[in-house]
Amino acid sequence: MNRAAIVGIGHSKFGKRMDVSINELAWEAVKPALDDSGLSQNDIEFHAVGNLGFWSEELLPAVTVGEYCGFNSGSMKTEAACASGSAALKVAYDSIISGNTKIAMAIGVEKMYNSPNPTVIELIGRAGNYFWEFENFGLTFPGYYALYATRYLNEYNASEYDLCLASIKAHHYGSLNPNAQFQKEISYEDCINSKYIAWPLKLYDSSPITDGAAAVILASDKVAKKITDTPIYIDAQGYATGSANLSRREDFTGLNASKRAAEMAYKRAGIDDPKKSFDLFEVHDCFTIAEVMAYEDLGLAKKGKGVQLLREGQTYHDGKFPTNSDGGLKAKGHPIGATGISMAVEIAKQLRNEAEKGRQVKVSKGRALSHNVGGTGHYAYVTIFSRSD
Amino acid sequence: MDEIFFDKRALELKYQMPLGKISEFFKGLENGKIMASKCVDCNEIYFPPQANCPNCIKSKIEWVELSSDAILETYTIINVKPTSFLKYPDYVVVIGKLKEGVKVLSWLEIDDFKKIRIGMKMKLKVVKREENYYTYEFYPAE
Repeated sequence: MNRAAIVGIGHSKFGKRMDVSINELAWEAVKPALDDSGLSQNDIEFHAVGNLGFWSEELLPAVTVGEYCGFNSGSMKTEAACASGSAALKVAYDSIISGNTKIAMAIGVEKMYNSPNPTVIELIGRAGNYFWEFENFGLTFPGYYALYATRYLNEYNASEYDLCLASIKAHHYGSLNPNAQFQKEISYEDCINSKYIAWPLKLYDSSPITDGAAAVILASDKVAKKITDTPIYIDAQGYATGSANLSRREDFTGLNASKRAAEMAYKRAGIDDPKKSFDLFEVHDCFTIAEVMAYEDLGLAKKGKGVQLLREGQTYHDGKFPTNSDGGLKAKGHPIGATGISMAVEIAKQLRNEAEKGRQVKVSKGRALSHNVGGTGHYAYVTIFSRSD
Repeated sequence: MDEIFFDKRALELKYQMPLGKISEFFKGLENGKIMASKCVDCNEIYFPPQANCPNCIKSKIEWVELSSDAILETYTIINVKPTSFLKYPDYVVVIGKLKEGVKVLSWLEIDDFKKIRIGMKMKLKVVKREENYYTYEFYPAE
């Protein structure tokens, strides 16, 4: 089996991007990725595009983006809800390790502002078990995660104040990331006084609606070193699927799919102790409660102790488990299909020691992890990256 | 200034959902009963009901009426609502565990939101919505 390495990265500015079309937005990630690698479009043998769509007009983004960017490669769009980007990464990664391609690209792009805000809220709320959750009971995306938050806070004596700590951290790093949607620090009061969207979750517990694109070029280890001096290898991926209907979940204090995906990734990468193995974690903090559960599902904290990491500041870039030093979904923004690729771009940047001042983590173990969840634990992808041969 | 083209082609999406294989469930609602499907071979109870049993790869099911007694496992109050639910006041969504072990996600009909707590006893009942169709909801039972 071949190994696969990231040899080029590109990332657009995230935010409300009504100055560009979906193709133009993707170009803002694709072009820098090509430049970064020194490769040309003809070198790309396959491209996968992570995109959920519905809210934007193009149904076939792999085709429109591919043509706009000048690719001649085979392609597909991948859908794994908010993990569609990691699914695109999987397609490119698998094509390299299987030997089917030597160079492939994974792009993530989402254009959510092309529809009015209430329509977007409606569409995301439908991402579950449609008839049995949305049609009859009008769930929203924050509502699904709020079902977890209520139970978690109750079970482990945690509070809405604790959750705000995740939001404050996210905005701190967003303020240091030029590509982030929100680049302002927030105070405790800003968060705790923000209005409820799905009790007990408030506006500041929630990631925003975002337009954005990110791209990575993967190459086989046979050619990676010829392309770049700093290849970032993908050591393993783990993935799992959770039940469609939340009523079929065993409990509401963690995401079973995340746990299973992490176990698979750790096993495949030979990780015995996740607490001692990584310089950086990019976790799926679509809501503050999701970040807390991610700490536990990934094995960084015991059940119910995830909030303690926040209280102790252990997940800041200079703490024990640096997490989301780019602002995470909460502050960087969450353009659904682009998020998984954005995580890979951030990890490559950090492992190359190229992140902006104040948010560059100390790279000593040479390894980092991304945790990308689709829906409310419907899909989970855990990917392990390293900079060593 | 941003230049935006406003689409002249509006799309109205209303799905036609084939529910014939579980029509017993909807007949049950009309008679005030909440039914689940049960595999005749492995006795697994399915709610939401389904016509095939993936456990034993068989499709022989029978219909059983669910008990209405439930314990509240978790809940939320939907404050910011989807467009198609804007006409409703803020509503409570709960997951309740029934005696049979199956869980049900639905609204909880309650006046005072402060009285909601994890572990509270609830009853599951059939209700007729203002859109003139039957569904089910929890009510407090304490």
